[in-house]
Formats: sequence, C-alpha cells, structure tokens
Amino acid sequence: MTVDGKTYSFFLGCVMPNRFPNIEKSIRVVLPKLGIQLEELDGASCCPAPGVIRSFNEPTWLALASRNLALAEKAGNDLLTGCNGCYGTFKDSLHTIHENPERLAEVQKILKDVGLEYNATVEAKHLTEVIYEMDLEEIRKKLTKSLEGIKIGVHYGCHLLKPSKQRPWKQTSRHTFLDELVELTGAESTKYRDKYMCCGAGGGVRGSNVPLSVDIAKEKLDNLIEAEVDCIVNVCSFCHLQYEVSQAQLNKELGEKKYHIPVIYYTQLLGLAMGIDPDELGLGKHMVSTQPFLDKILE
Amino acid sequence: MTDQPISDSIDTDKIDPEFVDSLVAAGADRIRTCIQCGTCSSVCPSGRRTAFRTRELMRKAILGLKEEVLSSSDLWLCATCLTCLERCPRQIKTTDAIIIMRNMAVDAGFMLPQHKKTAQKLLETGHAVPLDEANREMRKELGIPEIPPTVHSSEEALDDVKAIMKATGFKKLIEGQED
Repeated sequence: MTVDGKTYSFFLGCVMPNRFPNIEKSIRVVLPKLGIQLEELDGASCCPAPGVIRSFNEPTWLALASRNLALAEKAGNDLLTGCNGCYGTFKDSLHTIHENPERLAEVQKILKDVGLEYNATVEAKHLTEVIYEMDLEEIRKKLTKSLEGIKIGVHYGCHLLKPSKQRPWKQTSRHTFLDELVELTGAESTKYRDKYMCCGAGGGVRGSNVPLSVDIAKEKLDNLIEAEVDCIVNVCSFCHLQYEVSQAQLNKELGEKKYHIPVIYYTQLLGLAMGIDPDELGLGKHMVSTQPFLDKILE
Repeated sequence: MTDQPISDSIDTDKIDPEFVDSLVAAGADRIRTCIQCGTCSSVCPSGRRTAFRTRELMRKAILGLKEEVLSSSDLWLCATCLTCLERCPRQIKTTDAIIIMRNMAVDAGFMLPQHKKTAQKLLETGHAVPLDEANREMRKELGIPEIPPTVHSSEEALDDVKAIMKATGFKKLIEGQED
C-alpha cells in the first residue's frame, strides 16, 4: 500500500514547537521527501496532555482534544502527530466518543458555541504509523547513506502502543515496527533490558516529582549504556525531552559525566540516511551533543 | 495490657460504600473483579522505586476509603504508562481508574501546586508548555516560523480555547484550588 501524495494536518502540540523545534524542523524536511504532505493546523492548542489535563478534568480534555480534531476535520485531512502523548489523547478521545454517542453530543454543543462542527469522522495518526504503512522498499530506494555499524537503542514509549485494543498495531507487545523502520537505514537496533519500559515523564510525574521521573529515566539510560548504543532513537517529543534533560540532571546530581547518549528523533535518523545535512535536521541544536554519533556516521 | 491484636488499620467510619459505585459509573467498570493478584504493582515503574502500590490503591478504592485515596499524593505517582492496564488478568482499566480518582481528587481540592501551575499555563496560553524566548530564537535559526502556527499565532483561536475551558468549568475549577 502506498500513501504517496496524501496530505495531513500537522499537529504540533506543546513540547515539540516550544521546546524542541529541531525535531519539528526534521519532520518538516523529511516527510515531504517521502511523499507525505503537511498542512498547517492553524490555531491548534495543547492536545491537551493525557497525563496532566486528563487527570485534572476529563471533560475539558475531551472538549479541547475534539476542538483540535475538528480543525483537521474541517480542513478535510487526517491529523498527524509526532508525539506519543498527543497521539494518545487523540486516539483515546476518539475512542471515548465513538463508544459513547452522548459524549459526542456534549462536545458538539461546546464546539458549536465557538463556531465549529465536529462529527468525529477524522482519524489521528502517528508519523511512524504513516511511514510504516508505506512501501518500505520504496523508502529504502531514497536512502543514499548507509548507517551500517551504528548501534541504536530504540525507545517506543507508552501511548504509541497502549491501550493495545485501541491501537493499530498487529502485535500487543514486543513490537518490531520501529526497529524495522530504524534498520531500514542500515543501522542495528540493539537489544537492551526493559526496552518497552516507560521513560518516566508522563502522567504528570515529570511536572510534580522530578526525582522519581529522572530515576525512571536513569534505569533506562543505564540499560542503554550497558548495551553500548551509539544513540537512543525515539518518536515522542516528551520522551525526547526526558532523555535530553535528565542526562544533564543526572550528571550534575552524581558529579560525573556518565550520561551522554545522543538523543535522536526518528526523522532525524531517516534524514541522515537520506543524505540530508545534519544542520538541516536540527542535529546541531541538541542538549546532549550529537557529535560523537555524527562523527561515527560521517567519518 | 490486652492480647487483642491491633486491628485499627481500617476505620469503619472511613468507609464510603458509594465510592466504588462512582468509580464504576465513571468508567472503571470491572474494578470490583480485582483479585489482588498484584500484577499491576509488579509491572509498575513507579512502584519499583517508591512505596506506591497500585494493588493497594485498587483495594482501598473497592473498600471505599475515599478520603484516604483522594487526599494521598501517591495517587500522582503513576506515570500512566498503561502497563498494568495491559497486564491485568481481570481486564480492569487500572490506569483509567487512577485518572478517574485524580479527577475526583482535584474536584475535592487536592491538587499538587506544580500541577496547578501547568493548568494555569493552559488557561492563559492554550499550551501546557508555552513558547519561551530561547526557543523563539531557536525556531528563527532553524528557518521555521518564529511563532508556531498554533494558538500562539492567533488571538481568536486562543479566545475560543479559553471559551471552551470556561464552558467546561475548568477555569473555575483551577482558580478555586488552594495554593
């Protein structure tokens, strides 16, 4: 199946445009080269975050999520996101509405007051889902730079995969789609302990309990160091934030320089394999230096 | 001295028999089927390093220890990774149950100060994490729109988002939280 030429409404969220615009840049550069067209979703807000806002007041979460989805519906596109949290919000809000027609009526009433119609016919997709639906051999033909010899620790995150009943993946655990997407580049997706474990940022934990949040990240980082990876590859702006920010926090806290694994977003990796300049992919604007990883690729 | 065992860990007066009904009504429909197997606690990344025990939380909820559950900061240690929900042999939507209890906690005035700040940012800017100067600069350097085409670029869109948060009662709910 090919989705060449399909246009999506690009939902930015909060963390990506406002803290890691380098990820946004890499998505804007790479996806059109794959034939995935992005249209701005003008006036979109916070998704809103499934761990915090949904935890505070579910009806507000549902109404604001529906507003963002309604904007895409109005544009006649499906919505595309590069953040697992936003993905979780959109998939789960659509599920709630499809299962409970009275919730759709409740949301329609609120949105009508701001001049929006909403029928919940729109779909929300994660960019990995859209890429994985494509002909991977066709993508391989676009790659000019082999990343052979690079060892990668793949981090899936949580809301991309779970609840598995409301996600599109064939498997319910031990997923391989992201490993396959990573290995398209010639790099090796390395096995490591507790690969499918949470990064520790979600659920409002990063916001309210930094020591706990960082300690969860530490467990994953220690496992990645043990596996001697050249970088982490992630597909979520919040997981990305967690690994970027936590490494400096851990080094400071422990008085050492143990934590310096480059944190690479998937479209940055794919872009490198397409021969795109690292600066065009925002790789010069990371908190943890990407230079050792880039040196190994570009040597 | 008496040789009676100390058995005051659950005070009868603290049991609210309607609590579990309210959780079921809000969507935690299978919570009563919990067999206290502990699978949820065993797979919990927060539970590995804190005293947070999902199994205990489920038990207290079923018993109706409403005040104890809603007032405890432990309720906010869950990272919503959903592993317990996936693994529960009774297919209890544990994470959903926690989110339902968190909504009830906030309604009852139990909100962590950092979370109140996040909610206030959403109320003011339409983003839980709004743009700052450093990232505005970085966007410019990257050659993408300096202000993202979100509510940050549109007063009108922000007004709509604010109107929605007023309509759902979110503004009142957050402003009514004690500091």
